[in-house]
Amino acid sequence: MDMMIEVQDLTKYYGLTLAISRLNFEVAAGEIVGFLGPNGAGKTTTLKILSGFLSPSGGSARINGKDCLTQSLEVRQSLGYLPETVPLYTDLTVTQFLRFAAQAKGVEAKAETGEVERVVAACDLDGVRHKLIAALSKGYRQRVGLAQALLNNPPLLILDEPTIGLDPSQIVEIRQLIKELAGAHTVILSSHILPEVSQLCQRVIIINRGQIVASDTTENLSRQLGHGSRVRLQVQGPEVEVAAALQKIPEVQEVAGEGGGRYLVVAANDHDVRPQLARLVVERGWDLLELKSQEFTLEEVFLNLVTEEETAEEES
Amino acid sequence: MKNSGSFLAVLRKELAIYFATPIFYITGFFFLLLGGYFFYANTLYYSLVSFQAAQNIQLATHLNPQQMVFRPLFATLAIVLLLLVPLLTMRLLAEEKRAGTAELLFTYPLTDWAIILGKFAAALLIYAIFLGFTVIYALVFSTVGVLDWGALATGYLGLLLLGGACLALGLFASSLTENQIIAAVSGFALLLLFWVIGWQQDIGSPGWGGFFGSLSMMDHYDSFIRGVIDTRDLVYYLSFIYFFLFLTKRQLESRRWRA
Repeated sequence: MDMMIEVQDLTKYYGLTLAISRLNFEVAAGEIVGFLGPNGAGKTTTLKILSGFLSPSGGSARINGKDCLTQSLEVRQSLGYLPETVPLYTDLTVTQFLRFAAQAKGVEAKAETGEVERVVAACDLDGVRHKLIAALSKGYRQRVGLAQALLNNPPLLILDEPTIGLDPSQIVEIRQLIKELAGAHTVILSSHILPEVSQLCQRVIIINRGQIVASDTTENLSRQLGHGSRVRLQVQGPEVEVAAALQKIPEVQEVAGEGGGRYLVVAANDHDVRPQLARLVVERGWDLLELKSQEFTLEEVFLNLVTEEETAEEES
Repeated sequence: MKNSGSFLAVLRKELAIYFATPIFYITGFFFLLLGGYFFYANTLYYSLVSFQAAQNIQLATHLNPQQMVFRPLFATLAIVLLLLVPLLTMRLLAEEKRAGTAELLFTYPLTDWAIILGKFAAALLIYAIFLGFTVIYALVFSTVGVLDWGALATGYLGLLLLGGACLALGLFASSLTENQIIAAVSGFALLLLFWVIGWQQDIGSPGWGGFFGSLSMMDHYDSFIRGVIDTRDLVYYLSFIYFFLFLTKRQLESRRWRA
């Protein structure tokens, strides 16, 4: 598979402060990858290096096979970048600004108007196109920022917190837009809104204190970090007996009663224990009301990873 | 072709911002107000001397509108320039950094030269617009007197080159900071330095005096307003402009390394 982004041993110091330390990851063409981490983890720094705005202190980053530092101009031709703070020229109108961005990105003069119209429509900016950017609300500015990133249809989009500051309906729209971009574009987006990442991204890179702590699909991460799969079930029957019976199934590691006949069963080593559970309940003559496999949410995975790291550090 | 396109993109953007912000109108207004006042005062003096020359034929041979009206006008406009240019250039790079738009500008596929030359050309064009308005003085004067248009054009060329040098230096000052006030103050201080450096030649030792004199912005300007185009002066201004644009480029390059 073609690699859109290849990052090797990427390191960045701000003065004496280490921002990111020997990052290694790859993003395939057409993938949507979420970059996840607490504030100050190094997400923005990494994206700034990828966009060519900062140079790394060590290691290398390549986009489309071209080095972000030495072939900066070629790299910049193939990306659309939405910086975290969404800086815009507030003295210009939306159209003026987008026209400038189109020209700067090398859109041909003939195609310019069409290209600006395309992103105006995609980001729903038609109503504000003649307004000064200074007069726009945060949500509209965010959309103008996204619109400029989409100009000239770059193969790679780097979006630093694309939905921050938007109201819920706008968030849904922007997410939809990003989903539509998938396939034809590679998207790398950072966020600390976990459901967003799990909805949008095929793969998640979790970064903490400048280091990658996990990189996998959301499902795999949930499974790996859960150390087994979890099943939630509701049974009508004597609670103590039910719990004891469930515990006797060999693959079951742990049973937690949650009251009202609900139990959370954790199976060891990724076993799917649902058939055994169902059989057991029926054999004993209890009523099975609910049985469903419960994945770890990204929040749990994330907290797990970040806290695991911290405890490990404290111990050492 | 591609590069000229991105240069034009930056140029157009900068012009749009100049016309959208008050700084262009304020500096233009005061430049023309002061210029108009000096033109009026010089013309008044010229007409006074003309009346005296009507009685004194000896004096009449020295009557020359280029020497008596436009040369002093150009000399004073240069002083006004010193005060106003830092105001035109202070925003150019400092504001990009402060507002964070540098992050957009430097991640677009623009070369550093396209950015620098685009900004410089926009400032120069704005300045040329100011100068364009002062041509009205000459047109007004030509209705009552005879003008040497060639010498006048030479004066304008000098004013344009002097302005270009000041703008290049101002642009460099703007690249050093993200605060517009600091950019304006340091631009002004550097301009003043290149202004007064020529004074050294009167008090310093002959060797160093000549060296400082040749660095002075004003010494080179003087021959233009006398109506003389000297290659040395042309070379001085063009290399001055190139030197400061080059320093600006270096400054931009170093930005990536220092966070």
